Amino acid sequence: MTQLNNLSDFVTQVRRDILRMVHKVNSGHPGGSLGCAEFFVALYSTILNRKKGFDMNGNREDIFFLSNGHISPVFYSVLARVGYFKIEELSTFRLLDSRLQGHPTTHEGLPGVRIASGSLGQGLSVAIGACEAKKLNGDPNLIYSLHGDGELQEGQNWEAIMYASAKKVDNLIATIDLNGKQIDGSTDDVLTMGSIRNKFEAFDWIVVEIEKGNDLSEILNGMKKAKSLTGKQKPVCVLLKTMMGNGVDFMMHTHAWHGKAPNDEQLASALEQNKETLGDY
Amino acid sequence: MKTYTYKEKKDTRSGFGAGLAELGRTNPNVVALCADLIGSLKMNEFINENPERFFQVGIAEANMMGIAAGLTIGGKIPFTGTFANFSTGRVYDQIRQSIAYSNKNVKICASHAGLTLGEDGATHQILEDIGLMKMLPGMVVINPCDYNQTKAATIAIADYKGPVYLRFGRPSVPIFTPEDQTFEIGKAIQLQEGTDVTIIATGHLVWEALEAAKALNEKGISADILNIHTIKPLDDEAILKSVKKTGCVVTAEEHNYLGGLGESVARVLVKNNPVPQEFVATNDTFGESGTPQQLMKKYGINFESIIDSVIRVIKRK
Repeated sequence: MTQLNNLSDFVTQVRRDILRMVHKVNSGHPGGSLGCAEFFVALYSTILNRKKGFDMNGNREDIFFLSNGHISPVFYSVLARVGYFKIEELSTFRLLDSRLQGHPTTHEGLPGVRIASGSLGQGLSVAIGACEAKKLNGDPNLIYSLHGDGELQEGQNWEAIMYASAKKVDNLIATIDLNGKQIDGSTDDVLTMGSIRNKFEAFDWIVVEIEKGNDLSEILNGMKKAKSLTGKQKPVCVLLKTMMGNGVDFMMHTHAWHGKAPNDEQLASALEQNKETLGDY
Repeated sequence: MKTYTYKEKKDTRSGFGAGLAELGRTNPNVVALCADLIGSLKMNEFINENPERFFQVGIAEANMMGIAAGLTIGGKIPFTGTFANFSTGRVYDQIRQSIAYSNKNVKICASHAGLTLGEDGATHQILEDIGLMKMLPGMVVINPCDYNQTKAATIAIADYKGPVYLRFGRPSVPIFTPEDQTFEIGKAIQLQEGTDVTIIATGHLVWEALEAAKALNEKGISADILNIHTIKPLDDEAILKSVKKTGCVVTAEEHNYLGGLGESVARVLVKNNPVPQEFVATNDTFGESGTPQQLMKKYGINFESIIDSVIRVIKRK
């Protein structure tokens, strides 16, 4: 319970980071970032087997790839707070000469980032390549990835989904952020995808559903279950049902905050709902 | 005048296959990927000897580029193989974001480039790939001229850290460069010394340039010939040194004049020593079905076009 309380405080602080980062530069993507705050905290605090420090090859450790790069605020906040770089650097988000580009990149050498993402639909292929490298290296660690549900509209995903089962890429846990929303509206309105579970199962993946994707204990249990299902000759997919804008009342139940920053009053209200826990940057 | 002869003709793609096979024996980090064109890319030898280091991705080039980028994370040196059209235009954004911007050590190996792919026609004859690739920051662009040089280039790029586009072709062409050459990325090769005109050629057009030089010599025109196998980074120094002697240039390539070698050379000249230049290249057009020889003649990218261009450019001096 203590651990969960600690993680809950961590999540609240990450929400504050996200809100303050996008507010400062009046740009960025708070909605999806807030929706995945619990997932990132669970992943980096508990799930991933990480080495100290950072090297690009990531041999003998679990590796995570963010495919839907626009939720960079949550990625940067968690990377900083687990020690990949100084927390103060979060204040440079989207500014000139920053390593914290609008979308994550390796170009400026930010520790914790292994691939550029932003143009959607490319991360699953990259993750699969890293899985194949681990297999060649006899490295038993796992590859994790995160993708948006709207992002699945990009065709390259389906090439990769087909490949992963055909080639028995079973050291991969690909999580889909099922928040049901994208820029132009709900995913069902924009381009309905029917049952994503059925689609992955039809491609011969193992599917694990996390119904409450903003509940830390459910995420931890779901991801542990997913981990237990690796190594069985099939890739594993986690369907993480999240609430876009979670933790800020006026950002929930709408797609409006996909790529919009709060103004001063909105920020004050949002921060009031999420009191400082671990210390602001 | 130095003359070049040949005993044998072979396709440059076989040079790639031979180079890849050698890398399979000497460099355990080299891995290969193919999108359903193993035979066309001559990858069989590597695959037979290193089945565990080969990834058949099926007809899914975008996924292939992403997997290649991912394989570098873990220390592998991936060589992707498919036709030039599917290696570039089809997957431009995958290369741009996951390989070039991410600075991944991927070698994009592209066969059947240009018109000499022949009968398949314009859907497969990409004449824009050099332009697409050279515009990507950090991308090295190489277009070797014969079997031996393609083999040497394939081996050399494994030792270079960073993304490389290696372009080669389908038809059999004369083998006239040495078997045991060392390939230096970015270093032009002086094939002939001359004083009246500089001919700067790449890929299949290098042999055509040598053929043109023979005929020009009979007309009393002495050509300085540079084999530019590396279009980016370009050997500015070699170009300027030659132009200082000759005062005019003909560039020759199996590519659109827009975005090709010729434009890269023009930039060097304009900045440093503006002299007349003529372009032997396709003229902002798609190709069509035909034999390689017919197409090179019709689209003005053979030795005859080089001769005509040389005569034109000398008059402009």
